[in-house]
Amino acid sequence: MEPELLSIAPAVEPVTVAPPDQGAAGQGTTPAPPAPSERGRRGGSGYGNLARWESGLVVALIATVVMAVSLSTHFMTRANILNLGLTNGEVAIMALPMMLIIIAGEIDLSIQSTLALSSSLIGYLWAHGWAMPVIIVTVLVLGTLLGAFNGVLVTRLGLPSLAVTIGTLTLYAGIAEIILGSNIISNFPAGYTTIGVNPFPHTDLSYSAVIFILLAIVFGFVLHFTPFGRAIFAIGANKEAALYAGIRVKRIKTVLFAISGLIGALAGILLTFELSTAESNNGSGFVLSVVAIVLLGGVSIFGGKGSLIGVVLAVLVFAGLQNALLLTNFPESASGTIPGGLLLVAVLVPYMGELLRRGRRALARRLATGSQEGGR
Amino acid sequence: MRIKDLTRKLTISGAIVCALGAATVGLAPAVQASSMLKTGLKVFVIPKNLGNSYFTTADSVGSGGAEAALKALGETYAETSGTDDTPADQLPVIKADIAKGANALIISATDPTALCPTLNAAIKSGIAVVTYDSDAPTCRSMFINQATPQGIGDIEVDILAAEVHDTGQIAVVSASVDDTNQNTWIGYMKQELKKYPKMSLVKVVYGNDDTATSTTVTEGLLSEFPDLKGIISPTTVGIAAAAAVLDTAKYRGKIQLTGLATPDEMKKYVADGTVQKFALWNPANLGFLAAYAAVELASHAITNAAGQSFTAGKLGKFTVGSDATVLLGQPYVFDKANVNKFNF
Repeated sequence: MEPELLSIAPAVEPVTVAPPDQGAAGQGTTPAPPAPSERGRRGGSGYGNLARWESGLVVALIATVVMAVSLSTHFMTRANILNLGLTNGEVAIMALPMMLIIIAGEIDLSIQSTLALSSSLIGYLWAHGWAMPVIIVTVLVLGTLLGAFNGVLVTRLGLPSLAVTIGTLTLYAGIAEIILGSNIISNFPAGYTTIGVNPFPHTDLSYSAVIFILLAIVFGFVLHFTPFGRAIFAIGANKEAALYAGIRVKRIKTVLFAISGLIGALAGILLTFELSTAESNNGSGFVLSVVAIVLLGGVSIFGGKGSLIGVVLAVLVFAGLQNALLLTNFPESASGTIPGGLLLVAVLVPYMGELLRRGRRALARRLATGSQEGGR
Repeated sequence: MRIKDLTRKLTISGAIVCALGAATVGLAPAVQASSMLKTGLKVFVIPKNLGNSYFTTADSVGSGGAEAALKALGETYAETSGTDDTPADQLPVIKADIAKGANALIISATDPTALCPTLNAAIKSGIAVVTYDSDAPTCRSMFINQATPQGIGDIEVDILAAEVHDTGQIAVVSASVDDTNQNTWIGYMKQELKKYPKMSLVKVVYGNDDTATSTTVTEGLLSEFPDLKGIISPTTVGIAAAAAVLDTAKYRGKIQLTGLATPDEMKKYVADGTVQKFALWNPANLGFLAAYAAVELASHAITNAAGQSFTAGKLGKFTVGSDATVLLGQPYVFDKANVNKFNF
C-alpha cells in the first residue's frame, strides 16, 4: 500500500497551486488569465483535445477486446461478462466521485478506506444482531460523514487534500482494523449475497455494473448539464476566478467529498455482499486503480478538465485488461501492473507530443552547433 | 508468516476435524466404483494463495501432488489463486475458473462460509467441488481430510514412546490454555498414554504460539523436572522454540522432542539429532488424493455418499466417510531419511 501511494504522490504533488514550470517555459501560447498551464498544454479549447483523447480510448478499448477475444474463448461468455462487473464494479463506481473531485482540483485517496471501514462495520453490526436494512442506512450515513470530514479539513482549514486524504486513508483503515481485527464475517443472508453470484434480473450484468451505469448517467448529467457541474469545472480551472464569480467553492468541495464518502460506503456494501465477506482489508489497493482510471479517462490531474465519456471508456479498458489477464492465468501477483501501467500511460501520453517536439528541437540545435563547430 | 499460516491451517483443519468427529473412514461396504474416468476434464486447483510452499508441495507435479495425478489421468490442470489468503483474493479467481468452463475445482477454502454462494452456484451448475486442507463444510461435494485429532494425538505419543523406550516423565508444550484443537489433541494423547503405564505426563505448559513465551516455558520445564525424558509440542511455533532450547550438548539426545512441525522448520534439528521424528501429513499425497476424488466425482464414477469408494493411484483405495469426507490416513512421520525430500 505505501509504495502505491508514494508512486502517486510525485505525480500529484504540483496540485493546482502552482503551474509546473516546464509547462510555462515550453509553451509559447499566451496563457489566458492565470489558468493552470496544463490546460494550455492540452490545447486552448480543451474539448477538441479531449475528444481526440476519447477517440484514442475507443481505439484502446477495441484493441483490448480484440486481444481478450483472441487470448480466451471465454471472454465473451455470459458468465464472464458477469465476472467482469463483479471484479470491477466497485472500482468503477468509485471512479465517478473521484472524477468530480479531481476535476475540482482536489483528490480523495481515502475512499478505499471508507470502503474498508464500511465493510468492517457491516460485519460488526451484523455479528451484533442488527437488522440488515438498518445496517445499510447506518453505513451510508457514516460514509457520508467520513467524506464530509475530509471536505471540512480541506475547505475550512485550507489543508491540501492530498495530505488530508492520505491521513484519513490510514486513519479509516486503522479504525476498520480496530472494529473487526483479523475476523472475517461471512454469514450474510443469501438474499444479499446473491449479488455476488447472480446477474441483475433480465441482464447478464452484475448488480454493481448496473448500479455503475445508473450512477454514471447521474454523474454525467450533473457534471455536464447543471450549474453545479459547471461550477466544478470552474473551481478546478481557477479557484480564485470561481470565487469571484460567486461560486461557493468551499461548500461545493465539501459536498463533493461527502459524495465521495457516500459512494465509498456504497461500494463497501456491494463488495461485502459480492464477496460474502466483511473484512477490514476489503478493497485494499483499489484507490490506485480508481485514480488510474480517472486519469486514463482524460481527467486532468491539475483540475478543470475531464469528461464522463472518457472515464466510462477508461473503466471499460481497465476492466477488459484486468479480466483478460485473469482469464489467461496471468499471475494474480502481477495484476498490479495494470493500474500502474495505465496510470503511466495516462500521464505520459499527453506529454508525448511535447517530449517529441523538445527532442527534435534539441537534436536540431545539436546538429546546428555540430555543423558550425565541426563537432566537439 | 509461514509458521503462522500453517498454525492457522492446523487450527482450521483441526476445528473441522473436531466437528466431524473421529469416525470418518469406516468399514462401510464398498460400493463398486466404475473405472470409467473421463479424460480432458478441466480441473482447477485453488490453494489459499500462490507462492506458499506448503501448497506448492500439495499441487505441483514435481512433488507428486495434484498435478501429478491429473497428468496421469489425462486431465487439464491449472493452479490458480490470489496472492493473499483471503476470500477477497480467492473469489475472483474461483469465479474466473468457473467462467473458463471448469469441470472440477479443488479448493483450500480461505474461509469456511464466505465462498459458499459462489461454490454452491458452481455445484448447482454441475461442477465437482472438492475441498482439501481447509474445508467449507456447507458448500462442497467432498472434503479430503488430512488427519483426525485422534490420529494426531496417537502418533505423537507413539513416536515419543519409542524414543524414550516407553519409560519416564514427559511434558507437553502447547499453544494457549483455551485452544480447542490443542486441547482435543492433548485429550487423545492422554488416552493413548494409557498404553504406556511407565510413562507419565507431568505437565502441560502453554507458549501461546509465541516464540519467546514458548522458549521460556520450555526452559521452565527443564529446571522443574530434571528427570524429564521427552516433550511433545503439537504446534509448529512451540516445537521450533523447544527445539532451539534443546539444541545443546546438554540436552541433545537426552530429552526427546516430537510434535507437529513443517520439514523446513525441523531439517536443522533432525540433522543434528535434537529431533528424531515428528509428524504432519504429506501435502503432496493430500493434493494427489484430492485430484483423484475430483476426477471421480466429475466423471460421475462415484457420488459423495458414505460408502462409495475409489482407487487413488499409488495411494490405494479410499472410502467416502460420513459428511462426504475422505480421510487421507494416519499422519505422515518425518525423519532423517525423508525430511530433506520436502520443501515447505
